[in-house]
Amino acid sequence: MTMLKEGRPTTPQAVAQEHMTPETATGNRALMLEEKLIFEIGSCHTTGVDFAPAPKVASRLGSLARTDSIGLPGLSEQGTVRHYTRLSRQNYAIDLGLFPLGSCTMKHNPRLNEKVARMPGFADIHPLQPQSTVQGALAVIHELAAWLVTLTGMHSVAMSPKAGAHGELCGLLAIRAALEARGDARSVILVPESAHGTNPATAAFCGYKVEDIPATPDGRVDLEALKARLGPDVAAVMITNPNTCGLFERDMKTISDAVHAAGAFVYCDGANFNAIVGRVRPGDLGVDAMHINLHKTFSTPHGGGGPGSGPVVLSEALTPFAPLPFVEKQGDKFVLVEEETAEDHHAQTFGRMVAFHGQMGMFTRALTYILSHGADGLRQVASDAVLNANYILRSLDDVLDAPFGGAGPCMHEALFSDKGLAEGFTTLDIAKGLIDEGFHPMTMYFPLVVHGAMLVEPTETESKAALDQFIMALRSLAERAKAGDEALKGAPYHAPRRRLDETLAARKPVLTWSEPDLAVAAE
Amino acid sequence: MRYLPLTDTDRQEMLSVIGAETIDDLFIDVPAEARLSGTIAGLPDHASELAVERHMGALARKNLSAGEAPFFLGAGAYKHHVPASVDHLIQRGEFLTAYTPYQPEIAQGTLQVLFEFQTQVARLLGVDVANASMYDGSTACWEAIGMARRITKRGKALLSSGLHPHYVSVANTMAKFTGDALVHQAPTLDAATDIDALIASIDKDTSCVVVQYPDILGRIADLTPLAEAAHAAGALLVAVVTEPVALGAIKAPGHMGADIVVGEGQSIGVGLQFGGPYLGLFGCKQKYVRQMPGRLCGETVDAAGKRGFVLTLSTREQHIRREKATSNICTNSGLCALAFSIHMTLLGEKGLRELATLNHGLAVQAADRLAKVPGVTLLNDGFFNEFTLVLTKDARDVVRNLADKGVLAGVSLGRLFPDAPEIGNGLVVAVTETVTAEDIETLAAALEEELA
Repeated sequence: MTMLKEGRPTTPQAVAQEHMTPETATGNRALMLEEKLIFEIGSCHTTGVDFAPAPKVASRLGSLARTDSIGLPGLSEQGTVRHYTRLSRQNYAIDLGLFPLGSCTMKHNPRLNEKVARMPGFADIHPLQPQSTVQGALAVIHELAAWLVTLTGMHSVAMSPKAGAHGELCGLLAIRAALEARGDARSVILVPESAHGTNPATAAFCGYKVEDIPATPDGRVDLEALKARLGPDVAAVMITNPNTCGLFERDMKTISDAVHAAGAFVYCDGANFNAIVGRVRPGDLGVDAMHINLHKTFSTPHGGGGPGSGPVVLSEALTPFAPLPFVEKQGDKFVLVEEETAEDHHAQTFGRMVAFHGQMGMFTRALTYILSHGADGLRQVASDAVLNANYILRSLDDVLDAPFGGAGPCMHEALFSDKGLAEGFTTLDIAKGLIDEGFHPMTMYFPLVVHGAMLVEPTETESKAALDQFIMALRSLAERAKAGDEALKGAPYHAPRRRLDETLAARKPVLTWSEPDLAVAAE
Repeated sequence: MRYLPLTDTDRQEMLSVIGAETIDDLFIDVPAEARLSGTIAGLPDHASELAVERHMGALARKNLSAGEAPFFLGAGAYKHHVPASVDHLIQRGEFLTAYTPYQPEIAQGTLQVLFEFQTQVARLLGVDVANASMYDGSTACWEAIGMARRITKRGKALLSSGLHPHYVSVANTMAKFTGDALVHQAPTLDAATDIDALIASIDKDTSCVVVQYPDILGRIADLTPLAEAAHAAGALLVAVVTEPVALGAIKAPGHMGADIVVGEGQSIGVGLQFGGPYLGLFGCKQKYVRQMPGRLCGETVDAAGKRGFVLTLSTREQHIRREKATSNICTNSGLCALAFSIHMTLLGEKGLRELATLNHGLAVQAADRLAKVPGVTLLNDGFFNEFTLVLTKDARDVVRNLADKGVLAGVSLGRLFPDAPEIGNGLVVAVTETVTAEDIETLAAALEEELA
């Protein structure tokens, strides 16, 4: 493995010389194209669409007709295609290379998923069509639900939550409804330090008091501290497993038993389910509710930040409280159970979380992906995700500090810290340096329990060759940061933009465009 | 397993670097009794691309798609024509497969789109600022109620009877936990909206009045008196728009005094998709921006002085404030926001106004034609592209029977308000640019036969 020990030397002189290339008149350079805002290049009199003439009829808008200028610039079709194509080239994406954002799970997005989601029978149906006209769509939801229940070893699944954090709300709502049904008002949710930031926010949003549970020195939930805090006021414990340190919570079953004995419920943040799918069923570990980020575990495009989809699997105890709507098979027909069709046996439902049925467009993609992999392939997904992460951990732990590297294998993500870098060098410098090496940086400064954390998640869809390139780049950067190479502090030099002033953006927020002569900083 | 690039040789080499014998050695932290050996029983193994496509295609063909039938459904989701270039552009891998722009130097494409989207949405809604999108209209509506509570420190929200009942359900679900008191009644089959009743109900405990525009029955009304009454009592006006195309023809809620304007952006660029993913629009007055939930993109400069964009005001967010965060929202609807923004750019103000005028004109033609069917009464005096017909029998049966004949007639009020049987004869009909004169005649003939 000597290749991996060699970094690419980048001298400060070479970097400076490259950076001194003069500007062009347009700002464009070869295939690096600058693009102005639509408000600067479009016009309110330009449009890229043609419509049939409107019928000549008397308006029914009364005095509400909008007469003022709205201020929406248009471009021709060619202008629109060029504007967005040029903008797209300012983005890094998984289609361009490794995207090792820990806990975000950026894996290859199979194009069959996209093709299927665009079939008119799925893309062009209305959520309130008569049920007789959407039997295929209901079958998709039912089939996907069956896979999720079987893979997790749970009792049922609520499909409608729109994203992982929305799934957390769903799980807590079900827990609260179950507690209320037995006349048990509890007020506290325990959240370990290594949990996702959405967990405490969700618990607080639901009106609960949030209390932290510390982590042990080896990056796991402190079992004794947790047990000591359990009591009649605790409604639930929210645990992320595998956790955000990239570790499996070894004591999960013991924790679940203790929580249940105290009359509380176990919520599991299942954002990292791709590390264990096909190898562990959360139901066997005593979990009562767990959301599954379909976009992470079962690959849907992240689209610059969303949409997501967060179905929640539920234990038998929580099933009666599941939200509307859901799909049932009655004889050879699929039935959408909602307000109109819910019979008495659904009387305990906690209600509705979204206007319609959840992320159908994500369901078709996830089911397509699941069928493509099958039970054998999904087990291999977890195996390769864990193998790739451990390969990165062991290929770099001689040059980067791995805070829990001695605590056993990691799961799907490898955690490093900035300990041991030269004075004044931080995780940020390594991250920005990776941009110049042609990679998207890893997750920075998360999890919070590790100072200067770098969380690397390669996922199962990276080849060994891609991992070796990444390891070589990160090794080179670690060596430069340890040697105190000042040039690194100016990185990136080769991205569409240099480091951006985030303080200015927050202090004087400019959130919308306005005409330059009228421009005033907001607030 | 065509998506997994490692070979068995790779796996062996990598295990030797790690110092493990087998993959199973990497799962030693999983308690032995919970470790599964072999594949999970009852699930099939992997399948070829052709086999999967065939299976999914067969399921897709069991649905009657909107383009295959005369189609008149609305009630919060609308069928509009989306230009081909929208879907083409959102499928560019650099947009489709990018993540949240945490590293702004290599995410300027997404960030500039979000900045442009925020500006487009703010102008459309008539507000100062808008965020970079929420899950959908219904969750955005609930978030607006929560935001009004934080601003006014009051916990009673008045929900108009014209608010989409599913939006009311979502708010009721959340209110169980936050303790908000929500006041709401189902609509009556009345041409006038409930603005006067809402004004009469505002009191010193009211955090906000939530009013939909156009409302669930398609009715429109000037919101100015309601805004004035709310403000006089120290409450906020929250306006909800489920059909944003309407704002190309009718006054923006922000220009009538609304403090927070939320909406469902599905109509522009996104498509029906059986209910999701959709696109929540969220805008407000400048003074409330730090209480606004969700993601925001802001303008700044880079180290070389060039204009650039970053995610900003994140001090309101869950990853910094944890249990003190403004909301727990983590993701947005980035790709749907992109689709909205591209479609809006293709339209421009000229195209949006033409589209809105065409929608309204066809809706007027359809309303007048359908009102001539024996047994049908047109409820609305004023409307944009959606109106309510009062039939001589339960509209649920009519909708089901017409669907069997291949006509998707609209949304029955009985399905939307199962607990209000007195409005069960109401049928909400939406007419967009996709409806033809033949479609209107087909619906009229089918209704005539059904009501005879």
